[in-house]
Amino acid sequence: MTSRRIPAAADPVRPGPDRPLTIWVDGEPVTGTAGQTIAGVLLGAGRRQWRSTGQSGAPRGVFCGIGVCFDCVVEVNGLRDVRACLRRAQDGDVVAPQGGPFGEPGAGRSDEHDGPEVAR
Amino acid sequence: MSGQERHVVVVGAGPAGLAAARAAADAGARVTVLDAADVLGGQYWRHLPDERPAGREHLLHHKWDTYRALSDALRAHPAVTVVPTAQVWSLEQVSSPGLVSSSGRRDGVRLNVLVGEPDAAGRAARTFEPDALVLATGAHDRTLPFPGWQLPGVYSAGAAQALAKGERVAVGRRVVVAGAGPFLLPVASSLLRTGATVLGVHEASRTGSLARGWLDRPWELAGAVGKAGELAGYVGELVRHRVPWRPGEAVVAAHGDGQVEAVTVARLDARWAPVPGTERQVEADAVAVSHGFTPRLELAIAAGCALTASRFVIVDDTQATSVPGVWAAGEITGIGGADAALAEGAVAGAAAAGGDLGAGAAPRAIRSRDRARGFAARIEAAHGIRGGWVRWLRDDTVVCRCEETTYGRVREVVELTGSHETRSVKLTSRAGLGPCQARMCGRTLQDLLDDGGTGVDRRPIVVPVRLGDLAATPTSSTHTASQPQET
Repeated sequence: MTSRRIPAAADPVRPGPDRPLTIWVDGEPVTGTAGQTIAGVLLGAGRRQWRSTGQSGAPRGVFCGIGVCFDCVVEVNGLRDVRACLRRAQDGDVVAPQGGPFGEPGAGRSDEHDGPEVAR
Repeated sequence: MSGQERHVVVVGAGPAGLAAARAAADAGARVTVLDAADVLGGQYWRHLPDERPAGREHLLHHKWDTYRALSDALRAHPAVTVVPTAQVWSLEQVSSPGLVSSSGRRDGVRLNVLVGEPDAAGRAARTFEPDALVLATGAHDRTLPFPGWQLPGVYSAGAAQALAKGERVAVGRRVVVAGAGPFLLPVASSLLRTGATVLGVHEASRTGSLARGWLDRPWELAGAVGKAGELAGYVGELVRHRVPWRPGEAVVAAHGDGQVEAVTVARLDARWAPVPGTERQVEADAVAVSHGFTPRLELAIAAGCALTASRFVIVDDTQATSVPGVWAAGEITGIGGADAALAEGAVAGAAAAGGDLGAGAAPRAIRSRDRARGFAARIEAAHGIRGGWVRWLRDDTVVCRCEETTYGRVREVVELTGSHETRSVKLTSRAGLGPCQARMCGRTLQDLLDDGGTGVDRRPIVVPVRLGDLAATPTSSTHTASQPQET
């Protein structure tokens, strides 16, 4: 594992005790702790890539970590184009890797949403 | 608008914004603080959220007591409203007969804001038309492209820092830190405190420029003793952990199959061009790279604020911008660090509230602002980007991460069209047209094309917004927002 979350017991900063949560990525459970972002949960569990680029299909994960670069966007509970580095994970979140261009309707999206089409 | 009370809106809750909000409230204004994050502190004081309160958070921060004092004071102040998760997505200049000044009428600004979870659908739309606006929007890392920088495992230095501080996540086990500027030191420190091995800190500037930037007029540095002490602390930590600090070197390539497995480090000449024959490969599973900072100018530009030639917001002695009713503080006025930002924020907040800058805490804030002022110039002189870096690019190096436009493609477009205008090269090559709105590559493109305009910083829509949320916006601005992006 390359990236990892520091175990609370071993952390000199002494973060509050873990309150585990599980998000589902491609049908697999990934465990983090309450207060982490989706990117934090994924990186903390050793996953550092979760998107393929629209042009070449190259793997991407976090780059800027502060919501600026949009490399980390994922589909969360059916809604595309969510920046994983900003969104706090909720127990039970269903996270799907997002292929294809940013700002376009996803294949599996529900029409009940306002729509992920995005102005920029 | 209630009665005589002046309403000051502060955008940004980092050191500058927090200091501004407190000073404005102390001067008698009603204050609203807007920040896109759900916790205060900005990137500088990025910390664990309330769900994971840290017993010893101060270990990760400089001036943590200042943060606590500011945030506690704002929470306790009856005239202050903090609106977290508030994304200002556009700023309009409006003519408001309700805003009365000595001339009886003046123009103002309207902020269009979405409040709620980041990128969620159906966030609450709000607008603000303040009497005075303080912009403290800060900056983000600027990372120059190099072969392999798009591989997972390459992070901006700010990301490595944010993940360490805000998540307690180590981005790797064997990490290389590279780029330019004093910021690399706290990043290396944060990484060490995640238990990572920091293989080296590679600073592109050579000792000559470092000495010229930092040792010129040393008597002025006496006033910035806090900053010097902070940096000295980081240097001591690197020494204790036997982390080599190597000036005049850069990571010029990252390698790996699907993720980083190694990097190439090379020596640089004074112009930052790699010196042939000095390359060496280092096994590493993560790289944290930053070559400086880019100010977040969208709102300042939308408000019409005048910029310096090097593209920072021009402010006067009271931190007032060229636009009446708009003040600015922190990194958007120059990359000067947190001490400067705190002092500038305190001055801006007091001035925006219409306070007396000769009374109370203002004179002290003005003095420390003036002391901190030289710092931005020193950082630029010592660590500013030098043009030789383009020599580490290859034709297949990705320049625009979003659209995967390569350096070769950019050169080809320039040759084919004969254009050195960033806008036209973007439209043909697609570089800079992706979701980050050229935040990552815009200034790089300008450097490659030798175009010094402000076009790439102009983003009428500050952050991508879902069309459904625009339709719900209680203003007449939807037509502006649905226009194709200005390039």
